[in-house]
Amino acid sequence: MKISTLLYTVRQGFVNIFRNKWYSLASVATISACLFLFGLFYAIVANFQSIVMKAEEGVSVTVFFHNEYDKCASRGESHTATTDQRLEEIGQMLAARVEVSDVVYVSDDEAWVNYVAKNFKENAEDYVAGFPENPLAGEYSYVVFLSDVSMQDALVNWLRSIPEVRLINYSELTASTLSGVNLLIAYVSMGIIVILLAVSIFLISNTVAIGISVRSTEINIMKYIGATDFFVRAPFVLEGILIGLLGAAIPLGLIRVLYNYTLTYIVERFEILSSFLNFLTTEQVFGVLTPVSLLVGAGIGFLGSIITVRKHLHV
Amino acid sequence: MGRKELLRKKRERLIEEKGVIYLDNVSKVYSTGAPALNNVSLSIHKGEFVFIVGDSGSGKSTMIKLLLRELTATSGSVYVMGNDLAKLKYRQIPKFRRSLGVVFQDFRLLNDRNVYENVAFAQRIVETPVNEIRRNVPAILATVGLAGKYKAKTKQLSGGEQQRVALARALVNNPSILLADEPTGNLDPKNSWEIMKLLEEINEAGTTVVVVTHNKEIVNALRKRVVTVKKGVIVSDEEGGEYIDED
Repeated sequence: MKISTLLYTVRQGFVNIFRNKWYSLASVATISACLFLFGLFYAIVANFQSIVMKAEEGVSVTVFFHNEYDKCASRGESHTATTDQRLEEIGQMLAARVEVSDVVYVSDDEAWVNYVAKNFKENAEDYVAGFPENPLAGEYSYVVFLSDVSMQDALVNWLRSIPEVRLINYSELTASTLSGVNLLIAYVSMGIIVILLAVSIFLISNTVAIGISVRSTEINIMKYIGATDFFVRAPFVLEGILIGLLGAAIPLGLIRVLYNYTLTYIVERFEILSSFLNFLTTEQVFGVLTPVSLLVGAGIGFLGSIITVRKHLHV
Repeated sequence: MGRKELLRKKRERLIEEKGVIYLDNVSKVYSTGAPALNNVSLSIHKGEFVFIVGDSGSGKSTMIKLLLRELTATSGSVYVMGNDLAKLKYRQIPKFRRSLGVVFQDFRLLNDRNVYENVAFAQRIVETPVNEIRRNVPAILATVGLAGKYKAKTKQLSGGEQQRVALARALVNNPSILLADEPTGNLDPKNSWEIMKLLEEINEAGTTVVVVTHNKEIVNALRKRVVTVKKGVIVSDEEGGEYIDED
């Protein structure tokens, strides 16, 4: 292909947008409407997921072990104290498990310091002075953080099978609630994506139908004069991609403004809410949304124009 | 001698013997079952001016569509410029059509472009260099009497002027054959005569001209070769002939 032909094709792609301005406007509006809904939905779902994930990160299982202070013997049970070597082995096994994201060892001294700091903030020194020895001696533990809360039961069952484990502290309710929320988000996301897809296909097929009637004469004429399929198709495809990109850029701009405004409003007005809910930054949301929307927009434009033109090429 | 050279020689021999347009026992039956042409044979030689006349539904337009390779014959062979159109591959059709100039009753101009762009479009398709387009388009517009209107939008032009633009577009690539399907069908008598005069001039310059028409007055006045089609059959083919009425 000659450079002049290539330049002509590119120029025609741009010129076509203005030639059929009502059709272009309808196409841009259709794609914008679809991608606006998609973007809005993505921003909400991404934030929900981030909040749930943050909450999940805080979910932990605390494991206590038999020690020399055990009073189990009085209940007819007898256990030997867990050795340091065995404790380390268990720690390594825990860290290697798929459902575990992190394992933190808390010694009995640290446990006492944490307890005092949490419960006696103002007169901690007086309180500690009343205990010449650590009342939590032997209460060393592993705090296990989960990578997926829905796997908490599997971890707890495994821990129960270890003879050295004396006590497991965990919240079944928190884990099942978070798992439920996660599942709900997945179902709602799928449902809304299906609805959005159906609406998009309906709107876009209507716009393509308009395009077909607008283009038929023009394409016929080109073919009668001896234009190749490529020569006919290329400007239309380029036009479609440009319309798609424009149709994606408009909702991206709108959602960005809307998102910034909403985020600022929530942070300013509901300070407490934002202290424990982890909202995504604009960059985090648009780092994914921008390329996806532009790609989807360009894809819709490309396919729409290919379908529109193809119907009239065999003349 | 290469295969391409052999094919070219074969085409040239066929043109020499049978003409630039050659229909050999051509029949066309539409998928609906309606017959449009029945065993039609016709030769048109280089430089001829031929009228194809007949009433509506006689098969004239089918003939034009066959020559443009918009349709293929149900039986028989259609040769244009030595090309057997039935053997033409889909991707070869555009190049083949560039050897023809076509003019339609409804002009078929790109209405969102100006006169210059409509004519230049035909040159862009064949990838003519831009500087040549700038030279050729004004020249051909001058030939059809539209030198001063190259910037006008086609919708601003009269019917006669629009048909001149269509003629300019058909001629700008120097086709060997000009097919005109009812070129005066939408024009008043004055404009009709002007278009016919232009077609005569084009023919005198060496282009083979085939005109499908209903216009009895023009056909009878010009005394060219007249092929009369009736119910899909050629009923008369006469040099210096006249339009034969149905009744």
